[in-house]
Amino acid sequence: MIKNISNLGDTALYCDFGNEVNKSINSQVIKYFKTIKEKKVKGINNLTPSYNKLIISYDLKQTNFNEVKKNIENLNVETSLKLNTKRIEIPVCCHERLSLDVKRLEKILNLSRDKILENFLNKEYFCYMTGFIAGMPFLGDLNENMRAQRLETPRVKVPKGSVGLTEQFANIYTFESPGGWNILGNTPVKVFDSSLEDEPNLINPGDTVTFKEISLDQYKNYNE
Amino acid sequence: MSDNYFEIIRPGINTTFQDKGRDHLYHIGIPFSGAMDNRNYLIANKLVNNNLDAAIIEFAYQGPHLKYTGGKINFAITGDVIFIIKKGDTEIEGKCYESYQIENGNEINIISTSKSVYGYLALGGELDIKLQWNSCSINTKANIGSNDGKKLDTGQRINLKKINSNKDIKKTNYINTKIENIRVIKGTNFDYFSEEGKKIFYEKEFKVSKLSDRMGMRLEGPKIENIVNTNIKSEGLIKGVIQVPADGNPIIMLSDHGTVGGYPKIGAVVSADYDRLVQIAPGSKIKFKEINLSDAETLFKLYEMETQNLLSQI
Repeated sequence: MIKNISNLGDTALYCDFGNEVNKSINSQVIKYFKTIKEKKVKGINNLTPSYNKLIISYDLKQTNFNEVKKNIENLNVETSLKLNTKRIEIPVCCHERLSLDVKRLEKILNLSRDKILENFLNKEYFCYMTGFIAGMPFLGDLNENMRAQRLETPRVKVPKGSVGLTEQFANIYTFESPGGWNILGNTPVKVFDSSLEDEPNLINPGDTVTFKEISLDQYKNYNE
Repeated sequence: MSDNYFEIIRPGINTTFQDKGRDHLYHIGIPFSGAMDNRNYLIANKLVNNNLDAAIIEFAYQGPHLKYTGGKINFAITGDVIFIIKKGDTEIEGKCYESYQIENGNEINIISTSKSVYGYLALGGELDIKLQWNSCSINTKANIGSNDGKKLDTGQRINLKKINSNKDIKKTNYINTKIENIRVIKGTNFDYFSEEGKKIFYEKEFKVSKLSDRMGMRLEGPKIENIVNTNIKSEGLIKGVIQVPADGNPIIMLSDHGTVGGYPKIGAVVSADYDRLVQIAPGSKIKFKEINLSDAETLFKLYEMETQNLLSQI
């Protein structure tokens, strides 16, 4: 449930579901997101669900904070609703040429490369949200012994397809972009496809994701 | 192939097609985009009799140099822009907020924006471009929008599906007002900052950095000290939000911003000041002034009324 609604600037509602990050709170956020999206509430022009927050943006020409807040408070959200989600397997190549930060991870985590890969690959991840850049999924949770901080100095360019780790999360860079996550591998799969206007994201909030290791040859030939 | 087109002799620094932008896509990571300075976008379209939500050419600092092939067409430029119109051997210096009629072989050379950032070139008629999610707006970071999401380049053509032409010129004597005191609403992480940091935010000047672009305006100034945590769990952003990363220098989210972010938010620029905010050139100084939500809503109503008034007089 929403614990508190405040304003973010003069064009958005800041809905706070708590401070913790877990699947149950995030599922509540996603249910609110899906309900509001379907209801098409007057003036609302964007919704941004994240781990434990939902930002509701509105057009100030059509409505205002108090009106949208009232509409949201009066909304009937079926929180016991079961989410209709997908399971997705993402091929990832962790060859040293693509595993840009594996040495750094070995040092920080005090684990061997093999152990890091084993931990990473034998795990199911939950998609908490997508964003920052188009289609980038934020996946969790990594095991306690796999958690590393961001790079002290972020890369100016992280290659497209990079699979990165930070704290309890993994992500996939859908575009070449600046970024500070620890890069463990790279996927040849198109995780965001702007030509598919109805469903450009391969992975959506609530989906389950697993990673499957592929060789460098398989990686190179994947899209042929 | 279109019969009416502009050939790009020089593209300018960051020349893109823009319109009102695209909504309902934050949740997949796609921002609004759209014309940065909405008022100047609308005025330009009105000056050439276009629909107000028509696609337009936006440029930053230096604009494009274009050569026209086709039937008579009107154009208008808005912003604070220096440009030249070349008709045969005659060159005239153009004026913003005035429509012009040109014909086959004429050139428009947009030299620069003056003490501002963005300018707008509206072409009478309809551009022949592809839309994505119902908008042409080019987001070069995500390669979304017309022209494969890339800025315009030398040798390319800007094709027109339809052209409007009218001998009677339209003009308005609008003057862009400068703004130094940017009005903001307190951010959701305001309490993450030290008393000294909050004071600095509202009392000191910040310099607009050269690293500013359509995604964000970076500021340099006295460091705003964070006493709680320099990272938060990533959450949604909107344009105008001011984030303060660990280095203590604020960044204001602009129209192509990342849709989520993990830096504490000290404030958010009010909607009424957004058009003028984006026009503040790198090297300029700005200051923030706090107002409350209800004043911000009133200010926007007034700003919007003023915009509608301006448009109705054209």
